[in-house]
Amino acid sequence: MIKVLKKTAQAGFEEKNDLIVEVSPLQAESGIIIELQSPVKNQYGSHIETLIKDTVAAEGFSDVQVNVSDKGAWDYTIKARIIAALERGMA
Amino acid sequence: MKNAVGREIPAHISGISNTRLYEGTSAYTPAHTGAGKKLRAGKPHTDKILKSIDEAIEKTGLKNGQTISFHHHLRNGDYVMKMVMECIAAKGIKDITIASSSLSPCHDFLIDYIRDGTVTALESSGLRGQLGKYLTKNPGALKKPTIIRSHGGRARAIEAGELHIDTAFMAAPTCDRQGNATGRIGKSAFGSMGYAMIDAAYADKVVLITDNLVNDPVYPYSIPQTQVDYIVPVEAIGDPEGIASGAIRITKSPTQLLIAEYAAEVMDETGVLKDGFSMQMGSGGASLAAAKFIREKMEDQNITGSFGIGGITGIFADMLKDGLFKACYDAQTFDTTAVKSLSENPNHIEISASFYANPWNAGPIVNDLDVVILSATEVDLDFNVNVITDSNGICMGASGGHSDTAAGAALTIIVVPLIRGRLPMIRNHVQNVVTPGDDVDVIITERGLAINPKRTDLIEKLKDSKLPIMKIEDLQQLAYAFVGKPEEIKLSDDDRDIVAVVEYRDGSILDVIRKPLV
Repeated sequence: MIKVLKKTAQAGFEEKNDLIVEVSPLQAESGIIIELQSPVKNQYGSHIETLIKDTVAAEGFSDVQVNVSDKGAWDYTIKARIIAALERGMA
Repeated sequence: MKNAVGREIPAHISGISNTRLYEGTSAYTPAHTGAGKKLRAGKPHTDKILKSIDEAIEKTGLKNGQTISFHHHLRNGDYVMKMVMECIAAKGIKDITIASSSLSPCHDFLIDYIRDGTVTALESSGLRGQLGKYLTKNPGALKKPTIIRSHGGRARAIEAGELHIDTAFMAAPTCDRQGNATGRIGKSAFGSMGYAMIDAAYADKVVLITDNLVNDPVYPYSIPQTQVDYIVPVEAIGDPEGIASGAIRITKSPTQLLIAEYAAEVMDETGVLKDGFSMQMGSGGASLAAAKFIREKMEDQNITGSFGIGGITGIFADMLKDGLFKACYDAQTFDTTAVKSLSENPNHIEISASFYANPWNAGPIVNDLDVVILSATEVDLDFNVNVITDSNGICMGASGGHSDTAAGAALTIIVVPLIRGRLPMIRNHVQNVVTPGDDVDVIITERGLAINPKRTDLIEKLKDSKLPIMKIEDLQQLAYAFVGKPEEIKLSDDDRDIVAVVEYRDGSILDVIRKPLV
């Protein structure tokens, strides 16, 4: 069952090793669109984008705009913040 | 052609006459005579004091295409370079090479003078701030790549005649009417004038710029009147806030403290910590913090060291005052506590950059170091160290005394976090080599230590140690397990995109900094 985000929601903090994730609903068939800002984009950009896409999909969403402002967060933090933002977007 | 650290160096780099490649840390022995000093004949009862910097530029006869020099003892509080460059630009003089002992973010204004052709070449220990970013992204802005030298390498280049200075503009915190100058007193006091001494001794013309001209003879002096042509009094040579920090304190970061503790433990277990030992600590958080643990061990075991070298901070000045060391040699004084120590403690000895680290004299003091603890921006599997470019290939640091002390010290310890932010600091190949791995013995991170496999003696001494000693490859894998393997930065392979040439301390070409393609 595909989940549809109800509203725009945010999670995370603007701290080193953390990130701010903002998720917004998109029209059906839009897909998962990612806007990533990160100081490690050259080194981990494509890895982080894949992680975001996989996490959003695993949570059951298919049409979401994900804006990420990263400050060098590790994978587990990125994943946790995305899940938190998505849950808040369903509340 | 590949040099001895495996770096591909073009046979000819546009604008760089030097083609001697790095062949090893002590592969080259000079057999020639160095630079001579241009002779001048000072007339009796002439006044050296001029009204303005503008008048000084007139009197020195500064022309298009010449090289001028500055020292960086005023660090990020320097006003002098800007005052001088404003006058030079106003006179319409172009094509100037600036050979400063280093550059700080306060020198970002140079971008404007590079754009208008006033400045066309730089030679420095480092490139930082907006200027570093600008030159990394626009290598063609200057007529040739910036030459990066270590502190010892710069002294060597000047004394050997490879870096000829037409006019040296030297900031002086106090000087008398004859030109005897000191950095120990005055409202802009910064301590040792170690870098300035070389420029004053070898430049064709020497102009002192001071905000404390005194009538009584200045003694002890760091620059003697015999080397000074003109003196220009100004309102202020620098901003005290940027010149010397207040007393530098030891870090509270648990990661840095753990690394520092390991460093002290390595010194203890390898037998370095014994009566009469000598050391230098770099200026990074973990290297300075090592002092805390070294001090504890020295007090516990009743050890008195022989000397320290610096880059002196209050942390070391206090160890000197408390009798833990007999003397310290100071080419650059970092904080207010250390400036006070230099003025008051006769065992705190001011030295020139050449005395400190010039590989082409009979005995720079770095050659007598038992141990040095140095930071790094990144290291690699061959133990090479980068301190000049960041993980995105942007110039943001300085060579400093890194390769000089690493070459001289019997034990070279590098302290570096395993991961910064998300970036693993042990690379397959560092972005740029400043200190070759052959001079590096132990790399310490908060997760473990790696010993250079060439140092079988150290491996043997530490074989029963409880320290977390690992192969450097395993340490790298540990970081990858946490954060994944980073992708490599792409660099331009166009030789016109060479930003800087990194000279080893003997003047050979160690590396070139190439423009990143991002």
